[in-house]
Amino acid sequence: MEHLFSDYTLRMVALGSAVLGVVSGGLGTYAVLRGQSLLGDAISHAALPGVALAFLLTGSKTPLALMIGAALAGWLATLWILSVTETTRIKYDSMLALTLSVFFGAGLVLLTWIRQRAGASQAGLDTFLFGQASSLVWRDVVAMAIPGGGALALMLLFWKELKLLAFDPEYGRTLGLPMRRVDLLLTALLVVAIVIGLQTVGVVLMSAMIVAPAAAGRQWTDVLWKMVLLSAGFGAAGGVTGAMLSSLETGLPTGPLIVLCMGAIVAGSLFFAPNRGLLGQRLRRRRNAGRFQRETVLLDLYALGMQHADPLRPHPQGAVQAMRAKDLPVDRLLMRLNKEGLVRRAAGGWGLTDAGLRHAETLRKERQ
Amino acid sequence: MSGAAAIEVRDLTVAYRDKPVLWDIDLTVPPGVLMAVVGPNGAGKTTFVKALLGLLPVSAGRIRFFDAPYEASRQQIAYVPQRGSVDWDFPTSVLDVVMMGRYGRLGWIRRPGKREREQARDALARVGMDAFAGRQIRQLSGGQQQRVFLARALVQDARVYLMDEPFQGVDAVTERAVIDLLRALRSEGRTLLVVHHDLQTVEEYFDRVMLLNVRRIASGPVEQAFTTDNLRLTYGGRIAFLRSANTADAADPAAP
Amino acid sequence: MTQAEIEIQMLAVVVAAACALPGAFLVLRKMAMMSDAISHAILPGIVAAFFLTHNLNSPLLILAAAGTGVFAVLLVELLMSTERVREDAAIGLVFPVLFSVGVLLIARYAGDVHLDADAVLLGEPAFAPFDRLVALGRDIGPRALYAMGAVGLANVAFVALFYKELKIAAFDAGLAATLGFAPTLIHYGLMTSVSITAVAAFDAVGSILVVALMVAPPAAAYLLTDRLRDMILLSVGLGVVAAVAGFQAARLLDVSIAGAMASAAGAVFAIVWLAAPRYGVLAGRRRRRRQKWEFAEKMLAIHLFNHEGLPEEDTERRVGHLEEHLSWERDFARRVVRRAQSNGLVRQANDDLLALTPKGRAAASEAITNL
Repeated sequence: MEHLFSDYTLRMVALGSAVLGVVSGGLGTYAVLRGQSLLGDAISHAALPGVALAFLLTGSKTPLALMIGAALAGWLATLWILSVTETTRIKYDSMLALTLSVFFGAGLVLLTWIRQRAGASQAGLDTFLFGQASSLVWRDVVAMAIPGGGALALMLLFWKELKLLAFDPEYGRTLGLPMRRVDLLLTALLVVAIVIGLQTVGVVLMSAMIVAPAAAGRQWTDVLWKMVLLSAGFGAAGGVTGAMLSSLETGLPTGPLIVLCMGAIVAGSLFFAPNRGLLGQRLRRRRNAGRFQRETVLLDLYALGMQHADPLRPHPQGAVQAMRAKDLPVDRLLMRLNKEGLVRRAAGGWGLTDAGLRHAETLRKERQ
Repeated sequence: MSGAAAIEVRDLTVAYRDKPVLWDIDLTVPPGVLMAVVGPNGAGKTTFVKALLGLLPVSAGRIRFFDAPYEASRQQIAYVPQRGSVDWDFPTSVLDVVMMGRYGRLGWIRRPGKREREQARDALARVGMDAFAGRQIRQLSGGQQQRVFLARALVQDARVYLMDEPFQGVDAVTERAVIDLLRALRSEGRTLLVVHHDLQTVEEYFDRVMLLNVRRIASGPVEQAFTTDNLRLTYGGRIAFLRSANTADAADPAAP
Repeated sequence: MTQAEIEIQMLAVVVAAACALPGAFLVLRKMAMMSDAISHAILPGIVAAFFLTHNLNSPLLILAAAGTGVFAVLLVELLMSTERVREDAAIGLVFPVLFSVGVLLIARYAGDVHLDADAVLLGEPAFAPFDRLVALGRDIGPRALYAMGAVGLANVAFVALFYKELKIAAFDAGLAATLGFAPTLIHYGLMTSVSITAVAAFDAVGSILVVALMVAPPAAAYLLTDRLRDMILLSVGLGVVAAVAGFQAARLLDVSIAGAMASAAGAVFAIVWLAAPRYGVLAGRRRRRRQKWEFAEKMLAIHLFNHEGLPEEDTERRVGHLEEHLSWERDFARRVVRRAQSNGLVRQANDDLLALTPKGRAAASEAITNL
């Protein structure tokens, strides 16, 4: 931990990854809620030729130039996906797969072209594949923070419009809000979120930064702004942890480490989140099943008693068991009921207490 | 111009790509009526409502609300889409969804405030959902979802309400509550155009009806338009069976 | 072309053809992104098997990796079954995680062996001629060509044997189930085929570009025909075109072969998208322009037909009325009336009143009954 504050590189890495995580987690919320999780994958792959072209045209590797190139290419790819799916019968998923791979291929052609012409000076462009957080310097962090912060600010400014877009865009149109323009705005923000992560996470895995924080955040809350906050937090946590691991353990690429950290966060959320978590759901189910079984036994005891016109009359355990399948653990259930004060041990076996009688009578009404 | 129709549709034609789904529809809806749009599946009922709302490009024809084009009268028109058109797992609360009805009046960027929240609560109370304001929408039953959509349209405080299947898949209690609400809105002088699928209740619920199957087969007061002949034209042969269950066939004097 | 170049070209062609076969069904079943997921997810399988066999061409490696691909599909379906994430998010979560595991394994343990993440991701067919297959003491060609050829033949056999089942499953999974065609089996058969193809091809074209070859040619073919058989054949054909054009361009410009093949596949798709005779953009625009008139004439006829014999008939029949009620521009209305007249659908009675001819009446009533 001491490293974090003393070591310049580590500080930059942590800062950059945190910025990236907050931006991509926050904006990824909308992509996931709209069922556009994979659009991020297409945009990030499509950014590669943009990076290469920007380098070819400007001859510089300044982050801003490369980011603008990446953003333009990503934006172009999105428009091409939209226009093909709107004008033909090609489906959205086909266009996503086609666009991401073809643009990536074009990027590869350009990169090898640059390698032929420019020799060693293209070094550094390759890091865009898997990301290299340890190369981040202050300039890079600023170049990420300014557009990223701008994108988040726009998200907050158009909060209501974006929410409507994600929930019910058609209704939004009938209210007179230009939902198509809001859609284009959101896509632009998503492009920004992806582009600022390319240097750190790389084009191949960047889409996970969009999907994973939001998928994790979704499990913990049913309130949109809390989900956005949580996603941003998860994004930052996963980003920083992964980037730190990569910087400490030299040689391991940053992107995959961040993705694994994010994956762990998602898995943890899926299992342990309080309401939607799978573990909680299972426990709740088991508890409900147990309660249902106990209530069944209670009602059986009541029914047996009623046969003798005395609901409080005790009956041997065997008689209760005989009313149900053999594998129903009547003995354990009776013990539990006893502990709850609903049945008592008596000379003839088990009988209802007064409280048990009252409970059985309300249950009988409910179950009818 | 006095006595302008609430909705006036002239020669409306709508095509998806090149295939027409609505042909040359004429319809006049006077103000203050509760009107049903019925027709078989694929007849273009939803398309019709969406075309009225400008959600679909219109190939030809003219649509006017109170003698003004749609764009000018948008604030006067509220829409209740089909319940299944949104994702009910969306992380938001009942009150939030209802407040969306005010977004159009709020305009860009401005956030809903205390006034909008009060309006939303009032609307929820009208549909008997005030106790659910803070509830997450994924916890609602089908009938409750429908009431939330109605409340959202209520806060729009519109003169014309366009509803797409508000009775679809709701429980009997909700159905009762919805029809009471629709009647209350009518008695306030509002106009309601409702896509409806249950032929058995048309005569009881509505005072006007349009029978639609790509073309307008008939429209007008229920007792005039909702005849066995018109239904047969709308639904084809299947209707004979459907209607024979309905003994109170007052609309068709020829029936035994 | 040198001997080596001819061999690379042949390999490219075989890869493209082998990819197009399962790709056609992915496109039809709206599962194109599964190819992306699988081709990434096989990486840890490749790496693990490589540690065991130290041989990139071992059949075990292909099997292990294909198994990982199917495992990824299972994982996606498992995630979806929790109902906590949707399909797109499930895919978007599973494959980056599996791919990351693979990349990290390589970075950690395989540093000096000739297996690195870039190679898996990018592929390089230029190395294929160096690895020869020797049978009975004779060099019979690059090993990769035979491996890929075998996978290609397996795909042909799969499609040929289960053609009917694949076809039904592609168009109506529910129907397939009721007919007893076990859509789950067909589904996993297809996923296995995609996995094996992706494994065999990653060497040559890499895991991202294999997606281009699986999706772009079938997508283009989908715009050219309505018949499944033709679509499959066209997919293979267009894939081969992309392989040839891509390799030749790469040779000329001295750039990445795999990248050039993917770009060529994209270019083929773009050309088809623009120029396809029925479903292309240009054809669509042309057809819409033509149909606008036909549609308008028909609308005019139906309009007159609908109002025939009704009290408002006289107003509805006026040319001036068309502008008002059909929202037609004056010029447009005039031109429609003129065209309808010259086609014999309507005639202009005295002063501005239109009437249907018998032919127009027949056309209108036919149009109505066909709705």
